[in-house]
Amino acid sequence: MAIFIQQLINGLTLGSIYGLIAIGYTMVFGIIGMVNFAHGDVFMVSAFVALLLFMIFTTLLNWALVPALLVVLVLAMAITGLWNWTIERTAYRPLRGSFRLAPLISAIGMSILLSNLIQVIQGPRNKPVPPMFTQVIPIYEENGYVAGIGYKQIVIMVVTAVLLALFWYLVQKTPLGRAQRACEQDQKMAALLGIDVDRTISLTFVMGAALAAVAGVMYIMYYGVVNFADGFVPGVKAFTAAVLGGIGSLPGAVIGGLLIGLIETMWSAYFSIDYKDVAAFSLLAITLVFLPTGLLGRPEVEKV
Amino acid sequence: MSTEMSAPSSPFPLVKSLKQAGFVGMVMFGLCVPIVAFRAEQNMNNQLVLQSRWWLTLVFCVLAMIGSFLFSLYTHQKSNKAHSSAPSTVTKALSALAPRLTPLGFACVIAYPLVMLAINGPGGSIKWIDNFGIQILIYVMLGWGLNIVVGLAGLLDLGYVAFYAVGAYAYALIATKVIPDTFPELGFWSFWICLPISGLLAALWGIILGFPVLRLRGDYLAIVTLAFGEIIRLVLINWVDFSNGYAGLTSIPRPSFFGIPFNASEEGFAAVFDLEFSPIYRTIFLYYVILALSLLTAFVTIRLRRLPIGRAWEALREDEIACRSLGINTTITKLTAFAIGAGFGGFAGCFFAARQGFISPESFVFLESAQILAIVVLGGMGSLFGVVVASIALVGGIEILRELDFLKQVFGEAFDPSQYRMLIFGFAMVLMMLWKPRGLIAHREPSIVYKEKKSIGSDMVQEGHG
Amino acid sequence: MTTISSMPLLRVEHLTMRFGGLVAVGDLSFDVARGQITALIGPNGAGKTTVFNCITGFYKPTEGRLTLNHDATHHYLLERLPDHDINWKARVARTFQNIRLFQGMTVLENLLVAQHNTLMRASGYSLLGLFNAKSYRDQADLALQKALHWLERIHLLDRADDAAGDLPYGDQRRLEIARAMCTDPLLLCLDEPAAGLNPKESLELNTLLTGIRDEGKTSLLLIEHDMSVVMTISDHVVVLDYGVKIADGTPDAVRNDPKVIAAYLGVDDDEVAEVEAEVGL
Repeated sequence: MAIFIQQLINGLTLGSIYGLIAIGYTMVFGIIGMVNFAHGDVFMVSAFVALLLFMIFTTLLNWALVPALLVVLVLAMAITGLWNWTIERTAYRPLRGSFRLAPLISAIGMSILLSNLIQVIQGPRNKPVPPMFTQVIPIYEENGYVAGIGYKQIVIMVVTAVLLALFWYLVQKTPLGRAQRACEQDQKMAALLGIDVDRTISLTFVMGAALAAVAGVMYIMYYGVVNFADGFVPGVKAFTAAVLGGIGSLPGAVIGGLLIGLIETMWSAYFSIDYKDVAAFSLLAITLVFLPTGLLGRPEVEKV
Repeated sequence: MSTEMSAPSSPFPLVKSLKQAGFVGMVMFGLCVPIVAFRAEQNMNNQLVLQSRWWLTLVFCVLAMIGSFLFSLYTHQKSNKAHSSAPSTVTKALSALAPRLTPLGFACVIAYPLVMLAINGPGGSIKWIDNFGIQILIYVMLGWGLNIVVGLAGLLDLGYVAFYAVGAYAYALIATKVIPDTFPELGFWSFWICLPISGLLAALWGIILGFPVLRLRGDYLAIVTLAFGEIIRLVLINWVDFSNGYAGLTSIPRPSFFGIPFNASEEGFAAVFDLEFSPIYRTIFLYYVILALSLLTAFVTIRLRRLPIGRAWEALREDEIACRSLGINTTITKLTAFAIGAGFGGFAGCFFAARQGFISPESFVFLESAQILAIVVLGGMGSLFGVVVASIALVGGIEILRELDFLKQVFGEAFDPSQYRMLIFGFAMVLMMLWKPRGLIAHREPSIVYKEKKSIGSDMVQEGHG
Repeated sequence: MTTISSMPLLRVEHLTMRFGGLVAVGDLSFDVARGQITALIGPNGAGKTTVFNCITGFYKPTEGRLTLNHDATHHYLLERLPDHDINWKARVARTFQNIRLFQGMTVLENLLVAQHNTLMRASGYSLLGLFNAKSYRDQADLALQKALHWLERIHLLDRADDAAGDLPYGDQRRLEIARAMCTDPLLLCLDEPAAGLNPKESLELNTLLTGIRDEGKTSLLLIEHDMSVVMTISDHVVVLDYGVKIADGTPDAVRNDPKVIAAYLGVDDDEVAEVEAEVGL
């Protein structure tokens, strides 16, 4: 029972990170119907940005931990937003009207470019982060095994919840959010009604990147180490989460993320840690084949 | 149907371009801080320390500004030229060159190893025939195989490397385990026996993997095939009893000259044909084997295109619903494309294992699928010639990087161009989509002609998924 | 010349199509007689294309039965067949409201794709074809002849090698009909074949369609808004409004039916007489 509770907590923490990344996938797909292949690598870039900023503030400028983290969070969101904005403007927007395969190939190329760029600029080795928030609050004890919830995990879950709530408000209640939902449903009509579709799409990319940056900060806090190759697998898992939850649905992405996090930790604990990535990819395949609209998605009826 | 219209020559907007360059510079600065400006490395105590590189940031910003300014000049000049909807010079040149080049190209390709041998001698030419010739031909064959799936039938397959792996591991396992145990006397023939078996196994996998997924639309099909490719690779890594995991399979027998091995012994090729022993003979033979396999792929593709199945593939690519309304069983049609493409991938995999003598799951990563897909898309629209050009450009280009030793003198001894291989490749993929989204060969030849053969421009071809 | 046999070619019984809570077609029953042209008309949104999609297999009806009778012994239940079998086995072909030609293929190629199944059999599922066997070449020739025959009939023979997407709109419509006819159907379903045609082209269309009917092998079911086409060539008219049948009979009977007039004018039945008097009918 204690193991189960621990895995539950771990799974929800991991799932929060996946959910944040998944929102980026689902929003971009919802508005322009494209799977942003490079999003996982944007997340990885954000983790590096966060790492470097953190080091600048704590070692160079000698700030204390918590204020440094807050500033790092905000700055990382801004810088990653800028990265994604640039990527969208240069690699995706020119291809928007063209051949279906072109933006996908461009995104794949961008993904390869980003991971290798980081490899070249920052070096191929793992970058360890000084550990933070190492305390754990014990919750449940059984046979000498203590299930506890770490400060880290609390921070992650709280920050995620707060940001999601902010984000939800942004999408549901503000004019920007309305414009975005309008573009998702009918781009041409939205344009005819005076909505700046280009700007809305760019902002969608920026928002997705900002949330990925939050995930990036959480990631370095949680795992304590980051590497240039860390974009691919979390990216795929987050995409699985988006599909599982229903592509195009924001709450779906979050629920999907939590589910994937739970499945991954439970699988590693109770079955085999070696095959956990196989489990993730298999889940992706199964979801796409048997449940392509996901849990909360809307089924598409094709017009003949 | 191009109408030539000359726009009035407008003066170059200098201030606007300068402002734009400034803006680009600022964006670049924002992008560079902190990733370029600082580098985190571990010091002696395994602690992370920061090194600053502001000069590099400055270089990037200046380059970006210059680049933006040059781009403004380019677009200005382009818009001042006569407007026409005719295809660009490169496309026109390549399309015109294609039919004329084929007999000449054929002769070149056949003569290539002998020419290299003559120029560089047996020792020096191994690299040219193997790393360039054979490597490019492997990718040409993989490209032609994937071309059936993506180029003709329009099915987005991001996991083609899975079939490559099936072919390679099939040969490796049969040749190192099954044949020595059960039919040891077949030893020298193992490659030739396993070649068709690898192809068939890969085609079978194509049917198994294709069946549940081929009804998915565009992007989803791409992701699911990617997932399958990764699953196969991860299983190969983890199922150590079967595949020997990361360590891979070694001592895979090389192909023989139809029963005569290429070794230094008395029954060896050199001894039988009264020549002095040299490893070059096997290399040249391998070259011709892969050449023959690729030509087989090309032949089958050309024939199938003229048959009803090939036409159905191209119709499927355009409009699946119309196909169904004409009685075409689209599931079977898609499966056929998938299976045939997979089969050729399997042949290529078998050859790859035989050429290397050693395989491991690291050779079958997603990046390979991406590379092959990039070759097919850059080639354009199901064009066989396009795939050849794209292979030479992408694969040959990347291999050439290894030869650029002179760059060491410019950037210092620690500079290793091959580190930048993948970076340049990713960059090239994005650039080529921006420049030629429909590929280099931007037109389609009809599969049957009544009176007059007319090429159809790629912008006419739809790529609807239902 | 046109014989009306006692058994209808297509019998639609209690066809209902629901999309969630919306009833697009409700309890629709009608017959398509052999050797006739039947028209399905009604205001926009009446559910006509939905009926087509059910008949041709693109939607699975929520309820109802669609029976295609080849002859006394061969019947096909269309709601049970997969869409490609509806064409190949039941021999029902269709054209689309938004033309669905293969734009990047030549006119001739479009007509050859339509003969796919026959040619696949003849090519031994490509094996005989790969080796260019004589039996395949003969069949391929026959298929080519059929395609050329139809091209001549629709006056597009001189454009056989042009991309289908290059043709003007009216030609594309005729090509789509010819492509459907190349599958040798017993029932040809046409979704708004006259849409976007000028009067001259509409007349040509009438000739083409009546010619197909008069050959005696194919019966036609068409959705149409252009009343000049409907009234001129149809033998039988079925009127839908909000997914429900409101009239069924000869063109003349339907033209004068007050319910039909009301549906098109959008007024209640009892107000029709008033409106007609105002307008001066």
